Parts: sequence; C-alpha cells; structure tokens
Amino acid sequence: MLTIENLSVEYVSHGQWTPALKNFSLTIEPGEAVGLVGPSGSGKSTIALAILRLIRSGEGRITDGRILFQGRDLLRLPEEEMRQVRGRSIAMIFQDPFTSLNPVLTIHAQMQEVFEAHADVRAQSLVDALEQVQLDPLRTLASYPHQLSGGQRQRVMIAMALLCGPQLILADEPTTALDVLVQKEILDLLRSLQVKTGVSCLLISHQSAMLQRYTQRIASMSDYGSR
Amino acid sequence: MLTLYFERFKRNRLAVAGMGILFLLVLVALVGPYIIHSSPSTQNLLERLQAPSSQHWMGTDDLGRDVFSRMIAGARVSLAVGFISVAVAVSIGTSLGLIAGFFGGWWDTLIMRTVDVMLSIPTIFLLLTVLAFLNPSIYNVMAVIGLTAWPGLTRLVRGECLSVREHDYILAARIAGIPTTRILFVHILPNVIAPILVSATLGVGGAVLTESALSFLGLGVQPPMASWGNILALGRDYLHLAWWLCLFPSAAILITVMAFNSLGEGLRDVLDPRA
Repeated sequence: MLTIENLSVEYVSHGQWTPALKNFSLTIEPGEAVGLVGPSGSGKSTIALAILRLIRSGEGRITDGRILFQGRDLLRLPEEEMRQVRGRSIAMIFQDPFTSLNPVLTIHAQMQEVFEAHADVRAQSLVDALEQVQLDPLRTLASYPHQLSGGQRQRVMIAMALLCGPQLILADEPTTALDVLVQKEILDLLRSLQVKTGVSCLLISHQSAMLQRYTQRIASMSDYGSR
Repeated sequence: MLTLYFERFKRNRLAVAGMGILFLLVLVALVGPYIIHSSPSTQNLLERLQAPSSQHWMGTDDLGRDVFSRMIAGARVSLAVGFISVAVAVSIGTSLGLIAGFFGGWWDTLIMRTVDVMLSIPTIFLLLTVLAFLNPSIYNVMAVIGLTAWPGLTRLVRGECLSVREHDYILAARIAGIPTTRILFVHILPNVIAPILVSATLGVGGAVLTESALSFLGLGVQPPMASWGNILALGRDYLHLAWWLCLFPSAAILITVMAFNSLGEGLRDVLDPRA
C-alpha cells in the first residue's frame, strides 16, 4: 500500500547541503504495523515528514526517490491534492502531546475543524471518536488542552488521527513524553484500534524492545542514515 | 483562562485605575454633549476670558465660549481620533506582520524593508508634510496617524508569528490537512493577540498625543471644532491672562495618556505567560 523507494533527503545549514537520508526503502502492507528503529538524528522523523511532504523548502529538500501510496506518487501530487491526503488518508501522531494541541482552542474546535478541512468525509460523531479512546466525551470536548493530562491529550491525538478513517497512521515516538505506565496504556490502545479498524501503522521509536512487542516487522535506520 | 486573566487584572491597581479613568472619559465623551446645557461654540463676548466660577467651571476663552463644554466636545474628538487611527494601524500592521512572518521569503523581505524605510522617517515630520498638502480635518488626521503608526506593530506581529509558526500544533494542523488561510487566522492569530492588544492600548495614548500636537500646530482639528490640542494652542496666546485655558487641556491630555499607558502596561503583565 505504501512503498518508499530510494528516498534521499538533504538539509541545509549555512548554505551547506548535508544528506540526512540516503536511498531509504520501505514497504507497508494494508493492515500491517511496521516498526522503524534508529538512534536520535538518524532521520526517522524526516521519513514521516517526507511522506507527508512537509519538509519546509527553506530547510531541506527531497533529492531522490519515490513514495507510492495507493498507486500514486506522493512526491508528484499537486499541493491541493496533497492537502487532501494529509489528515484524510495519512494521519500522524506526535511525540509530545503537550505541544501538539493549540492552547487557545477547545478540543471540540480542533476536532471539528478536521471535518471542515475534508468536505467529502462523512462526519463521524465526535462523541464516538472520543469514546473509542476511552475518554469522557462531553467533558473532553469542552476542555482546553491545558486542562487535560498528557495521557488524555495523547488519546485526543489518537482520536483526531482516526477521525477521517485514514489508511495509514504515522506515530513518531508517540509515548516518549509520557510516563511508563501511561506509555503502555497508550500503546495498547493504539494497537487495539489499529487491529479493529485495519489501518496500517508506522511506529517510529528508538526502543526496539517496545517495537518488537507492538509491531509485526521492524525496519532499522542504521542501513540508511548518514551516520 | 479568561477568569485567570481577570483575577490577575484585578490585582493590578495601576491598570484598574487606568481602566476606570478611561471608562469615565469614554462615558463623558459619549453622553456629555447631551447633558450639559451650554454649547461649545456659543460665543458671548461680554463674558470673555473669565476665570473658573460656579457658572463656567473651567472659565471662558477669548470669544466667551464655555471651556468646560469645549473640553467635553474635545474629549470626543481626541478619543475618536485615538481609537480610529489605532484601529487603522492595527488592521494594516497585523495583516502585514502575519503575511511576513508566516509566508517568509520575498513577502517578508518586501514588507520588512518597507517597515525599515517607514521607521527611518521621523513620524512627526512625515505627518506635518502630508497634512500640509491635505485639507486639515479630523478625518485626515485619523487616516494619516493610522497610516504612519503600523510599522512598529508589523515588526512585533512578524516576530511573534515566526515563533508561533514553529510550534508542533501548527505542524499538526498542516498534517491534518487544514488549509493555510485557516491555519493563519484560526491557529496563529489568536496566539499573537496578546502583544497586539498591549501595543494597541499604548498606541491609543500615543495617537491622542499626536492629535493634540497636530491640532496645537494648526494642522489637526480645525476651529470652531474643539479639540484639546487647539484649546491649548489658543490658550498659549493668553497664557499671562488666562491660565485656565492651558491648564485644563494639558491636564486632560496628561491624564488620558497616562491612563492608556498604565492600562497597556498592566495588560502586558496580565497577559504575560511567564507571570
């Protein structure tokens, strides 16, 4: 379903282009959970950003490769079609739930807005979406991010990622900022929802033990990164 | 969030005092002209240059007009010029700052170099030059003050926007496929509103002062329309005969500007996330 072929990315610093990723290849089948392991700075997050084509033009560029998603090369899509892919077909869960929700908007406003951005999606009930991540829906919808705990915010992020029924979820170190007990809860929840909805998942982490438990297959960055 | 700000605001005595004074001033400017009986432009040459008395609380001027009624009419003019010119400056400054900070690149270069040029010209000379070519009127004064006051705000908004745009929640919004204009107005703007509010409040005080200066120099609001600046300009000619013609408008300008400044600085403390 997702095939990355020979992806190469460079970053610029003081006018000097440095390769961050060389000839990276990866395939994810429908419904499959794939782990991606590698040390800090090895380009794990770069892959997630490259798939969504959100590497900022002033900071880095994709120099080579293809990213085939459901038969289309994402690197060649017009910007408006790419915007429709983001959030609708491919969703992402962030590392730090403390910074990935806008502090001045309620959860309701932030979830509702995802539907408004994708007009053709049949709106799912926000209450159902929050119930499936085991949150009290009405209280959560009326809250601002600072009124929720880290674990609750990450559950909100998962609910938002699943809102439009995506085919692929990118989870970039989704539990690094949480404490150990909450980490396990979040990962168990993510795994059960992934099995239930049949969505594919790319789980990025530096902890290979965790990946072994929650994914079917692990790809390592060590073969591709620049260092 | 709002209740927290309100609690903090209540504890800031200077800001509350400023707010109270401004509330009174706005009230006077709005309803004053309908309550007092004497008109600000009725002349009575038999009663010219009279000192403050129970009949004329702030005395009369060289044409026998009641200074108190002129002060109230002037409050209306000064506050209207202050608020409207700042509204103009805030609209321009905020839009340009958001464009420069969010889109960057050529937009940023073009807008920020324009700001640099504007800031390198002393504002008062620019105002005098432009008003010398236009008809001096209250509307031109509002427009000209508004059109020269935006560069500082643009720089401020651009800086805030640059820092907010780096946050994960902006990236998260893009990843969710939210359109760019919506990100700009719904996600970035509310996060930069606090410094805009502070700067606008301080700006109104500055605009009141500028209007008075222009009217004092004869390029602002024209007689017979009253403004604190032109009452003061008139008073200068009679300083040795009628102290009240200078004292009351000067005091009014001083108090108003101080009230706006203490409210603005209070808001800055209240809205500061590190406080």
